[in-house]
Amino acid sequence: MSLIRVENLAKEYVNGEVVTPVLRGVSFTVEPGEFVAIMGPSGSGKSTLMHILSFLDRPSTGRYEFEGLDTSEFSDEYLAGLRNERVGFVFQSFNLLARTSVLDNVKLPLLYSRVKKSETLAKEALAAVGLSHRLDYFTNQISGGEKQRVAIARALVNNPAVLFADEPTGNLDSKSGNTVMQILQNLNDQGRTIILVTHEQETARHARRILRVKDGAILADERVLDRVLAFSDKELVK
Amino acid sequence: MNFFSTIQLVFRTLRARKGRSLLTILGIVIGVAGVIIIIALGAGAQSLVLGQVTKLGSNLISVQPGKSNEKGPPAAVFGITVTTLVNSDIDAIRDQGNVPHATAITGVVQGSGSVIWGNKSVDTNFWGTDGGFPGVMNITMEAGRFFDKAEADGGANVVVLGKSVGDQLFAGTGMDPVGQVIKIKGAKATEAGGVPLRIVGVVAERGSVFGNDQDDQVYVPLPIGQQQLLGIRYLQAINLKVDAAENVSSTIADINRILMQRHRIQREVDADFTIRNLADAISILTTITDALRIFLTAMAAIALLVGGIGILNIMLVTVAERTREIGLRKAVGATNSAVRNQFLLEASLLTSLGGALGIIFGVIISYLAAVGIRTLGYDWAFEISFVSIGLAVGVSILTGVLFGLYPAFKAAKFNPIDALRYE
Ligand SMILES: Nc1ncnc2c1ncn2[C@@H]1O[C@H](COP(=O)(O)OP(=O)(O)O)[C@@H](O)[C@H]1O
Ligand SMILES: [Mg+2]
Repeated sequence: MSLIRVENLAKEYVNGEVVTPVLRGVSFTVEPGEFVAIMGPSGSGKSTLMHILSFLDRPSTGRYEFEGLDTSEFSDEYLAGLRNERVGFVFQSFNLLARTSVLDNVKLPLLYSRVKKSETLAKEALAAVGLSHRLDYFTNQISGGEKQRVAIARALVNNPAVLFADEPTGNLDSKSGNTVMQILQNLNDQGRTIILVTHEQETARHARRILRVKDGAILADERVLDRVLAFSDKELVK
Repeated sequence: MNFFSTIQLVFRTLRARKGRSLLTILGIVIGVAGVIIIIALGAGAQSLVLGQVTKLGSNLISVQPGKSNEKGPPAAVFGITVTTLVNSDIDAIRDQGNVPHATAITGVVQGSGSVIWGNKSVDTNFWGTDGGFPGVMNITMEAGRFFDKAEADGGANVVVLGKSVGDQLFAGTGMDPVGQVIKIKGAKATEAGGVPLRIVGVVAERGSVFGNDQDDQVYVPLPIGQQQLLGIRYLQAINLKVDAAENVSSTIADINRILMQRHRIQREVDADFTIRNLADAISILTTITDALRIFLTAMAAIALLVGGIGILNIMLVTVAERTREIGLRKAVGATNSAVRNQFLLEASLLTSLGGALGIIFGVIISYLAAVGIRTLGYDWAFEISFVSIGLAVGVSILTGVLFGLYPAFKAAKFNPIDALRYE
């Protein structure tokens, strides 16, 4: 059973008279344990696709099966549960809660689940991204790279089946970006399914598979033969 | 998400947004405290005014010389001396056969003068009156007695002191005022050295009515007041007390008939006297103070509105930020109902805290105002209306909860990504 299977997925935005088609019939599957990069120029519909896959948005038409189930049947409540437990999302712009500590930010998803040991889980997730020394810092007291690692820890804290990352290095300098990519590669090596969006070929080559998107359609679906491995910085990631 | 973690979350949110939380609370505090204070002041003012009037005694009728328009003031107010009411009019009214429901009747004149005892002199007001005065004016004695009808009619050389006059003359001397002889000087220049009068009693404390100290007075028999102190032969008023409120109007009719007859007047419009009734005065004052209350209630409503608009303002300013926050919460798995519970609890906490503080401040300030006004010598009641508290708190909580929930309801309609991108 595929983890994700989309068939003829389409999305259009309607603004009064104006109809903007953004996705025009997308079909592909993702198996557990894959590391897929969705790559394409700006405005090609990558983010829109990611939002639909991660249950932040719904498609206009087409079929989306998650873990073998047709998602069009799911209620809002059920989708909230999936967002909470089955998927994690890392945004380009971090989207951390202001005036809140790093630890509390990571605990946020656990607030909406039935998990008991939220403190322990959040600390473990922060350890996995090398931020054990920043637990009590507020989000305005840490660097951009650290913010993105907090966001990754938050996405991981509920042990999701798949981690979505939408241009996670887009707002970072190359060194921090590299650290983030290394964390993602490590996670994938440990078996985590990862779907990454980027407009840079270089970043996409960190994945094992690239889906090339243009104007809301998939141009190519290719294996990465010349895979880039993010340099290992033992000080940052333990 | 359980109740306990919601509470934790809400406290964390409120602490993280101190400024917004404090402003919201402030809006509610102003609204609630404003309503309580304004309504309490209105109630205090009303009780003050009505209390002053009823202190004069209920079922009182006053006959004054000169014709006046029903609602307007009597002629004497304009400095016109009217001499049409005389001592024999009292006797005619006092005749039980003529005015059956009058329980006490007194004729009065008033003036200012000075009272001298030993080397002490006190400027005060005197009443020339008769034995009916205590019954009409609800006077109780602290010492001695009031002079009786025979003493009053015969112009005996006796005097009754008001409480503060007694204190000014005798406090600290260790002497009993009763039995002492004082001298009193009125406006009439002829009596050199003053009229010697023996004190027969001291009246118990009466307080003040409309700022007039009722204890800074002395009472002398009518002939002494009229002839020796004022040099007049007429009365300034005849006051009487009626046995029951329902007999006031028939008593007025009785008096009117008797005086018309005695003064040989045929037509009502030619009457040379005016009959006034305290119940009428009370009802006029009640109308005025009720109008005051309505006005104050309107002001209270404005205070509440201002508070509510303050809350609305703060909520609207933060609605975009809060909508994005809700988007994020939904993105990590919050259901619409979890978000709604959080916002409901948050708004309830803020508004109940604001409401409680508003009540405390409102009550304290109303109390301090009452104490302050009392030290100025007014008989000001400290009255808190529970209806006003309920109304104020109800409205502010409603405003707070409605506007607090607004972003939550708004965001519930969006899918998470649209809420997250809301601007
Ligand atoms: N809410 C919206 N209403 C209308 N058009 C939108 C909306 N969101 C995105 N779009 C349009 O959809 C297209 C694809 O957007 P997006 O998926 O963000 O592209 P990418 O992530 O590949 O840069 C863009 O042209 C964008 O303008
Ligand atoms: Mg994008």
